[in-house]
Amino acid sequence: MRIKCPYCGERDAQEFSYRGAGGLQRPDPDGANAQEAFVAYVYLRDNPAGPLAELWYHRAGCRSWLVVERDTRTHAMAGTALAAPLDSD
Amino acid sequence: MHYSILSLVGQALRGNRGWTPAWRRAEPKSRYNVVIVGGGGHGLATAYYLAKEHGVTDVAVVEKGYLGSGNVGRNTTIIRSNYLLPGNVPFYEWSMKLWEGLERELNFNVMVSQRGVLNVFHSDAQRNAFARRGNAMRLHGVDAELLDRDQVRAMLPFADFESARFPILGGLLQPRGGTARHDAVAWGYARGADMRGVDIIENCEVTGIRIADGRTQGVETTRGFIGADKVALSCAGNTSRVAAMAGLRLPIESHVMQAFVSEGLKPLIDNVVTFGAGHFYVSQSDKGGLVFGGDIDGYNSYAQRGNLPVVEDVVEGALALFPNLARLRVLRNWGGLVDMSMDGSPIIDKTPVDKLYLNGAWNYGGFKATPAAGWCFAHLIANDEPHPVAAAYRLDRFARGDVIDERGAGAQPNLH
Repeated sequence: MRIKCPYCGERDAQEFSYRGAGGLQRPDPDGANAQEAFVAYVYLRDNPAGPLAELWYHRAGCRSWLVVERDTRTHAMAGTALAAPLDSD
Repeated sequence: MHYSILSLVGQALRGNRGWTPAWRRAEPKSRYNVVIVGGGGHGLATAYYLAKEHGVTDVAVVEKGYLGSGNVGRNTTIIRSNYLLPGNVPFYEWSMKLWEGLERELNFNVMVSQRGVLNVFHSDAQRNAFARRGNAMRLHGVDAELLDRDQVRAMLPFADFESARFPILGGLLQPRGGTARHDAVAWGYARGADMRGVDIIENCEVTGIRIADGRTQGVETTRGFIGADKVALSCAGNTSRVAAMAGLRLPIESHVMQAFVSEGLKPLIDNVVTFGAGHFYVSQSDKGGLVFGGDIDGYNSYAQRGNLPVVEDVVEGALALFPNLARLRVLRNWGGLVDMSMDGSPIIDKTPVDKLYLNGAWNYGGFKATPAAGWCFAHLIANDEPHPVAAAYRLDRFARGDVIDERGAGAQPNLH
């Protein structure tokens, strides 16, 4: 597999570390059902067979966190973006 | 048909024309007491023990492909019970005890070979860790022996003992561990279940789980609806997908795990051997090929094929341990789908949906568990309560903070 890093271009997937599904939002610890929400956040996953937005870290490159759109049935990459865009804090 | 020396000689004299199929090609009935989703080793063992131990024979096993086409034929055939944690050791030891009597039990040659599983270690710290694991095993009545360097050298004279980086200092041996022929395990359980009245329905993919008022009604399949009092999921690799049909979200990611077979060699490696400074394990099949594997690829996948970096990593592990394999050619390699759970341990439990049962999350260790998983899952389905040796494998252990994490890696499936 090769991943297209926005900074470094297309690089071998070995340069990256895998974190799993992206898009998980850390729950509000003071919110209602915080305990249940944290269990879901830490442990439960959709684990789809098909397109998945996932987090990869370009460990041996620019050290950016990336959101990669990849199909888990074929390993085909549909797109890559920075997990934290430049204009954010 | 009972297999024996008499049936063998009798058939030989009649030109081997009288053998009958080991199981019927069953057509689905409209309703069963229990429908098991997944005709792999675990599903078939569950059906077998339901019929044999609990007298529940109105059972169907539905399999989307042909029998044994999934993970039961995609593993490296290793059986062992060398675990550390209390929730795991009694379960895997029960599995080992069932393996030891399985041929007699099934009247089928599953080729259980207790050739010993040797984990070599390469540092003082690793020796301590292995000694601790061996002690935990012995406290549970499991066989374990800590070997020094000379004892390992006597077993593996061709290993690289002088490596500056990973010198072999000794090993932890479980003499009762070994290998079994994985296809025969599926066939043997299928035959035994079929003889007791279980319907094995191949090429029948489950496309939905029908639920009314919070209770399971049956399964929608590519061959029509099949009603059931109880539905039991035993489809590791695809557990999340099938459970999602019942609205469940599980602590599982599906990953791909690769395995390899080399060209045939004269007898070289007598035991199952694992490398302690990387992830590599190997045994030699009766045909002479080395059967080996290593880490999972490490990203979510349903592709049943992996990538080259893991191939390279496995081969590096092989050569660091056994430099004499450098010119060995690999005949084939393949990938299987594994349910990687958030603590690296399995789940055998009821689900929040009434009469829907779950056996899955086997990570990369489901094959060795086949007999005990079938035994305990059948117990759960028949009695609605967990079997004592599988009592730790609850679905709610994550919410309770009672995880079973052998690796100590936390909630990150690709690190287990």
